[in-house]
Amino acid sequence: MTALLLRGLGASPGSATGPAYRLADPPRLPAPRPVTDPDAEVDRAFAAIEAVSREIGARADAADDPTTSEILRVQAALAADRTLRDGIAMAVRAGHEAPHAVAAVLGEHRSALLAAGGLLAARAVDLDDLRDRVVAGCLGLPMPSLPHPGRPFVLVAVDLAPADAALLDPAQVLAVLTSAGSYVSHTAILARARGVPTVVACAGALDITDGTTVTVDGTTGRVTVGVGGPVTMVDGATGQVTATPGRAVAQVDDQSRTLPSDVRGVTRDGHPVPLLANIGSAAELAGVSVEGVGLFRTEMLFQHHLDAPGVAEQEAAYAAVFEAMAGRPVVVRTLDAGSDKPLPFLSDDREPNPALGIRGLRVARRRDDILRTQLTAIASAARKSSARVAVMAPMVTTVGEAAQFAALCRDAGLPKVGAMVEVPAAAVRAREFLQAVDFLSVGTNDLSQYTFAADRRSGELADLLDPWQPALLSLVALCAAAGQVMGRPVGVCGEAAADPDFAVVLAGLGVTSLSMAPASIPAVGAALAAHTLDECRAAAQGALAAGDPAAARAAARRR
Amino acid sequence: MIVAVTVGSATGLHAREAARVAAVAASCPTPVWVRRDGGAPVPADSVLSLLTLAAPQGTELLLESASSSSLELVAQAIGAS
Repeated sequence: MTALLLRGLGASPGSATGPAYRLADPPRLPAPRPVTDPDAEVDRAFAAIEAVSREIGARADAADDPTTSEILRVQAALAADRTLRDGIAMAVRAGHEAPHAVAAVLGEHRSALLAAGGLLAARAVDLDDLRDRVVAGCLGLPMPSLPHPGRPFVLVAVDLAPADAALLDPAQVLAVLTSAGSYVSHTAILARARGVPTVVACAGALDITDGTTVTVDGTTGRVTVGVGGPVTMVDGATGQVTATPGRAVAQVDDQSRTLPSDVRGVTRDGHPVPLLANIGSAAELAGVSVEGVGLFRTEMLFQHHLDAPGVAEQEAAYAAVFEAMAGRPVVVRTLDAGSDKPLPFLSDDREPNPALGIRGLRVARRRDDILRTQLTAIASAARKSSARVAVMAPMVTTVGEAAQFAALCRDAGLPKVGAMVEVPAAAVRAREFLQAVDFLSVGTNDLSQYTFAADRRSGELADLLDPWQPALLSLVALCAAAGQVMGRPVGVCGEAAADPDFAVVLAGLGVTSLSMAPASIPAVGAALAAHTLDECRAAAQGALAAGDPAAARAAARRR
Repeated sequence: MIVAVTVGSATGLHAREAARVAAVAASCPTPVWVRRDGGAPVPADSVLSLLTLAAPQGTELLLESASSSSLELVAQAIGAS
């Protein structure tokens, strides 16, 4: 048995070996046949609908939190809807088999929702899920879900929706391998947050047979398929145990999965560059020792809601994080919705180009009540905690917007206010921004997307989204220099800060803190500790002077 | 009987609201129909149909039923904010 080597982009560091299992495709409709017994066909469809409604209802009962349970209840009500049944019965009597009737009727409702736009269009996905489940039921196939092979495994997929990725259980999913995606896709970001080694944009990933042992190296982007001599060689670097034929074993490189112990960011000559955590909830801080939180994304709190959550629910979520970070800094980013993260209660109409539309702070143009409620909840939780709480807004484009946001925050009782730099318009006016707000935080992912006009989900344009692109470095340098002139902090909270070589360059540019997935902190801490501030500056100058990403990377490493 | 009612919920007749209204309508002994002015009536006890009315907050909807008490109950559910 020979091993096959595939290459992709390393998107979340660490290496893991285990059996590959593919995310199931939705069930396919068989070729239609004439209906001979319409009553039996209607029964088949109704039985499938009932089973789905029952199953979803049971999951709603079993859900721990009220919002998940509420979403599932609405979904169960949709499945049990009588117009749906009537429509399906009619379609069957018009000559369609049960699964085809189900797909056709749900397809009509789906088109109606899509045509209605925004708010309702978001529900089309729910109908798709319903269709897949009921069609599977009609065909006697298992319901679509993440694979459950009964042992830890490597998840193989085209790409993961943020919702799928958010549900990944690191105890079961050893690594993720996708054929699409890029370093800054949500699959990658959520995998990094969970410390799950991930390789994206890997051609050939979908050809791997279920159960085949694969080694996914999320640091180098190498994927070894099958067991044999070469596997041992590849694994030699990480000291992994190789699978024995016939019994695939799951072995994880312990070093990559262990959460960091107390690591303080400081250069060899003692210049502090705090290393902070990017998190989405208090759960990600469990067992982690960090200097603080540099980016607390609040979207997850809003994600599974039909309406924006109230003050009490939000306050509890913020308080949990503040409690875990007592005495330490926590930067809360206000809701970053829109674009690739639509929320049902926010999108009122379809935008031709959502990435350039109402997203981030711009949502407040329409719904400032959501922002006000959020600030009230943050301020209230902050008052009861010793954590040093600051807030920042996403997608701030003008100084006026920054000033307006700062005023709202200060009115709410939150004195420390920042703005994210995600668009070139903000970067080139960094100095003026720092007259309106107390600090800046550069989001390198979106800054790349907007500077290079390259969709962050595009695997094909991954080279343009490389954080070592000189134009991106120049914009970060502008921000850092503005911070030094104004005597105010300028941090980087994009995923690029997790690259140890890049972190050295950022420190050299004058960036005052780096925020990343907790699992990345030890490696970055080690890189900083190996360089003096002058060496970091030399690396930064070398990278800035380079003509392209490869040269910039090489120049930084020479220091 | 026909009554007019204005959608009260800030998010409109959206998923949770539609499910709530449909549950109320399903508990009524007499069927209630809902339509936009000039639109086709849909059964008030169908979540899916209520959703496809695409009715944001402030939309005026017309309710029709043979029973004034059923009408009243559903109108209350739709008008509640």
